[in-house]
Amino acid sequence: MPQPVKVGLFVTCLVDLFRPTVGFAAVKLLEEAGCDVHVPVQQTCCGQPAWNSGDRADTADIAKQVIKAFEEFDYVVAPSGSCAGMLSKHYPELFDGVHVWGERSRAFAVKVHELVSFLTDVMGVEAVEAKLEATVTYHDSCAGLRELGVQAQPRKLLESVEGLRLKEMNNANVCCGFGGTFAVKYSDISNAIVTEKAGNIDKAEADLLLAGDLGCLLNMAGKLRRSGSKTQVRHVAEVLAGMTDAPPIGGKD
Amino acid sequence: MQTTSQKFKENAKAALANEQLQASLIHVRHNFIDKRAKAAAALPEFEALRDNAVAIKNHVLENLDAYLETFERNVIANGGKVHWAATAADARGLILDICRKAGARTVTKGKSMISEEIGLNEFLENSGIEPIETDLGEYIIQLRGESPSHIIAPAVHVNMDQVRDDFKRVHTHLPPERNMNEPESLLKEARSVLRDRFLSADVGLTGANFLVAETGSTVIVTNEGNGDLTQTLPRVHVVIASIEKIVPTLEDMSQIMRVLARSATGQEMSVYTTLSSGPKRKEDPDGPEEFHVVLLDNGRTDMLGTEFKDMLRCIRCGACMNHCPVYHAIGGHAYGWVYPGPMGSVLTPQFIGVEKGGQLPNASTFCGRCEEVCPMRIPLPKLMRHWREQEFTRHLTPPAQRRNLKAWAWLAKRPKLYRLATRLAARGLSILGGRRHRTSFLPMAGAWTRHRDMPTPEGATFLAQWKAGTARQGERKGTGGGRS
Repeated sequence: MPQPVKVGLFVTCLVDLFRPTVGFAAVKLLEEAGCDVHVPVQQTCCGQPAWNSGDRADTADIAKQVIKAFEEFDYVVAPSGSCAGMLSKHYPELFDGVHVWGERSRAFAVKVHELVSFLTDVMGVEAVEAKLEATVTYHDSCAGLRELGVQAQPRKLLESVEGLRLKEMNNANVCCGFGGTFAVKYSDISNAIVTEKAGNIDKAEADLLLAGDLGCLLNMAGKLRRSGSKTQVRHVAEVLAGMTDAPPIGGKD
Repeated sequence: MQTTSQKFKENAKAALANEQLQASLIHVRHNFIDKRAKAAAALPEFEALRDNAVAIKNHVLENLDAYLETFERNVIANGGKVHWAATAADARGLILDICRKAGARTVTKGKSMISEEIGLNEFLENSGIEPIETDLGEYIIQLRGESPSHIIAPAVHVNMDQVRDDFKRVHTHLPPERNMNEPESLLKEARSVLRDRFLSADVGLTGANFLVAETGSTVIVTNEGNGDLTQTLPRVHVVIASIEKIVPTLEDMSQIMRVLARSATGQEMSVYTTLSSGPKRKEDPDGPEEFHVVLLDNGRTDMLGTEFKDMLRCIRCGACMNHCPVYHAIGGHAYGWVYPGPMGSVLTPQFIGVEKGGQLPNASTFCGRCEEVCPMRIPLPKLMRHWREQEFTRHLTPPAQRRNLKAWAWLAKRPKLYRLATRLAARGLSILGGRRHRTSFLPMAGAWTRHRDMPTPEGATFLAQWKAGTARQGERKGTGGGRS
């Protein structure tokens, strides 16, 4: 029997702090796909706040820490397109032309995947064993969509969830206005963008909004709850893993 | 041009509260995005054309001096003159000089962003020469005393009622009871007013979308034909263009043309594409007697060989702003200088200094849609990030922001301490959120909770639960299993 692939789960700092359910859903999905899942405790964050603030030195320290903690695995998987994009696209950029770490970051980068696309594209998962009687709509988070090409994969797996109907919203691929620290630094502009997004979500009249990135989900959930929307919010991994017992993100109304 | 980029936040706030502007901005979202997508989809080789256009421009930028010299030689051979302007002031001075020598009182102008960049209109007015914008959008904003809010649709922020009021105010020679109810009647009115100006102008000034080295030609694309009238009717034609507009050959020009209008307006081609190669020749029935090209540098050669060199590929199609959620929310004027949207967020700090323009590259969600649609594949988010790096290195980042970032990074580099801090934070925030699982007021995150609730943590962090789980599993199996 072939050895199961060894996967290091990059939990992401937001999942770790705000939504552990997503982490456990990721573990379940990966184990069901036949992976041997490890969670290194040396992980904290991918360094994106520092990187996007122009702080290269701190980003490099954090990136080295991540690479060291994860490079022993066959694959590194994150339930976030944004963090997976940071690890796979921006680490090599960060260490471009840097002795040893340039090479090491490139070797590391090719092992990194976003969770849902890893399941379909690498592990060949065609369907999941989950049930949910609900109409859902799906938001394409920017980094997953544009840096990693995650678009068809979550929709494909959602189709296999028994009882689930996917109803596309208008402009599903337009930014929700989160942008990490952007939502705090330019909160008025961010609010205008997420207000537009919440309008499109409401028009889809779905029971549930799903996406693959917790940052976007916290932002949209925060707006939907403030505006009294009926649509509840979850990470796509929770639905695919059949783990929808915990209250939705931001609670219910 | 005066800048208000340093007041970007206030500008944005005012733009968000401006209902008329918000209603106009919907047109940007509706008019350009679907059309570009359709135009791109209708052309199977669109992606290959983009690659080709990028390669042409990169080659030009590697050999910029040689192609500019070839261009100059060929303009002279065609009977024209080339003037080199290192700065905006130099360009203004050269143009004034040409106008004075021509004894000009009025100058008709085709649309030119470079003329906005060097603040030409105000300068000419102060020098006793009347500039007349002939592009409809430019004409409208000139009447209103405004600057363009978009590089290809300069008056996109203005609605029809406003145009009607402006025309009533300015066109006092026309009967007040005239029909002004349809866009067509306003268009006709502008056309008839401008017709006289075209005929009486002493100098015609246009920009250039391309400069073709092999033929010494300047090229403009328009949808209104006003550019042609501007450059063929007056006795003197002045072209103002920046140095990176150069392409080696007509073939190269036509290659890039194929992505230009498709990216900008979703058209296959602009309605008019006009090449000018020197003044009127003996056998020509019409055309200007003098042909001048003013080549502007204004800091562009400083970008060569730097991390910002990719920006010199920009062909000013406006696709980045058409697809930018931030531009959609606040419009172009909030950016506070000539070039708005993502391309402006890269260019503005270059031209007015990162001290004044530094907010712009920060005001991006990095959603990447601009880069996705840029026909010249300019990595706009990456270039904005480079500005943020310069700010950070030079300690221009706001001190509180810098302190918070440093404190967070310090913690992120110490996993054990980080675990402890997140455990406490998860617990505390979870209690704050209670059974609603959210809070509508979070100390230290007022900017967030002003507009949205903050979802709160579930209780314990993932890693704390994971460790507890593996410990229990370890007791059961006497092994950590596959889990580490």
